[in-house]
Amino acid sequence: MNSLWAVTLATLKKDIRLEWRSKDALNSMLFFSLLVVVIFSFSFDPTAEESRQIAGGLVWVGFLFASVVALNQTWARELRNQVLDAYRVSPAPPNSLFVAKALGNFILVSVLEAVMAPLFIVFYNLRAIGPAWQLIPIGVLGTWALVVNGTFFAAVSIRTRSREIMLPLLLFPISIPAVQAMVEATRIILMGDGSARFWIVLLLTYDVVFTTACLGLFETILHAE
Amino acid sequence: MTNTPSIITVSNVIKQFGRFAALRGVTAEFDAGRFHAILGDNGAGKTTLLRAIAGLAHPTSGTISILGKTPRTACRDIGYMAHPSLLYDEMSGMENLRYFAGLYGIAGDDTCREAIASVRLDPTLTRPVGQYSQGMRQRMSLARAILHDPRVLLLDEPFSNVDVHSAREMVGLLKTMRDAGKTIFVVTHQAQLLEGVADEFVWMQAGQIIDRTSSARAAGVGPTEGVQ
Repeated sequence: MNSLWAVTLATLKKDIRLEWRSKDALNSMLFFSLLVVVIFSFSFDPTAEESRQIAGGLVWVGFLFASVVALNQTWARELRNQVLDAYRVSPAPPNSLFVAKALGNFILVSVLEAVMAPLFIVFYNLRAIGPAWQLIPIGVLGTWALVVNGTFFAAVSIRTRSREIMLPLLLFPISIPAVQAMVEATRIILMGDGSARFWIVLLLTYDVVFTTACLGLFETILHAE
Repeated sequence: MTNTPSIITVSNVIKQFGRFAALRGVTAEFDAGRFHAILGDNGAGKTTLLRAIAGLAHPTSGTISILGKTPRTACRDIGYMAHPSLLYDEMSGMENLRYFAGLYGIAGDDTCREAIASVRLDPTLTRPVGQYSQGMRQRMSLARAILHDPRVLLLDEPFSNVDVHSAREMVGLLKTMRDAGKTIFVVTHQAQLLEGVADEFVWMQAGQIIDRTSSARAAGVGPTEGVQ
């Protein structure tokens, strides 16, 4: 157990250091999200009421698309110089690598959300009528839902020829329940339209099920040829 | 051939990639504490055999035993160096080794410093590995492979794209390691570099071991190819 967390932490620190030096994923994600916000704000001219109706969808779809950029980068570094083989021949637990990558992506996407959320609020003139604090668990659970599956399917697609295409093809369909829960819960809170409890519980269940499944399958994926 | 015990046993190993068989029933025993050079043309199956011993390629059939264990369970006894460096270009040598040491549960910088110094590089070098010369990168890659003091070293083309001087220096390092008791496997096209150093030359062709000799010249193929 000790070794699992020690390796997870070391891998997470290494990934953050590499991202800090290159800023490959962060810059691309921020630029992409900024484009989404600006283009949508020019495309629609919604009233505050309409904004509240559609903002949940826009925000989460924007973050989903942007996170794909980071997720594609996740394993690209491990493929350069075949560094992944050095991990595979070591006694380090496979799940440490997976958890570190998922946590790394979670941090990246969370940073993106923290930067972009104020812009969404300003551009769409948003104000929550329902309990705004509930947006925090929705954000955390929703982001984890995106990155845990995204990290896993990015690992599945690394050995395919067109992995940039393959990742969204695998990730988007399986993310539909999570995206729907995120969008509905956000809409309910922004509109003050009842309770978002059902959708939050659904998100939590989704996270538990898919995190367990990914942890159970990752070793097979890591050592697949 | 010798009285030393065999450290690796390969039994009837077949490795297929789709319909192509990279290894066709390889059976061999390799002695401990010896320097084995694996030679053969491109596509002979040298790298596949090395990757199978390292546990990176699973045999389609047959078994590989390292000290009586499977390659995966014997991973602490194996040091693997591939043709690519297996290092992060954006990090310094020390940062790379510190990370890989962590994977083996090695704490502290002393082991990393020793490994870097043993391949005659400077542990205080702060340049990212991506800015190293090819020879330096190969030596740093070797430092990564020996970091956890493995008993078996598997090296795939360690002298490729390296000038003759650096290659001879690496051969000297490997000789020292063999003399210290390590079992070394080197896949190479540059047989001449290992003449008089390697204890055994294993000749492969079309996925099979066709000969095992004590000299690169003995098989009659001649160590002429790839000599820089």
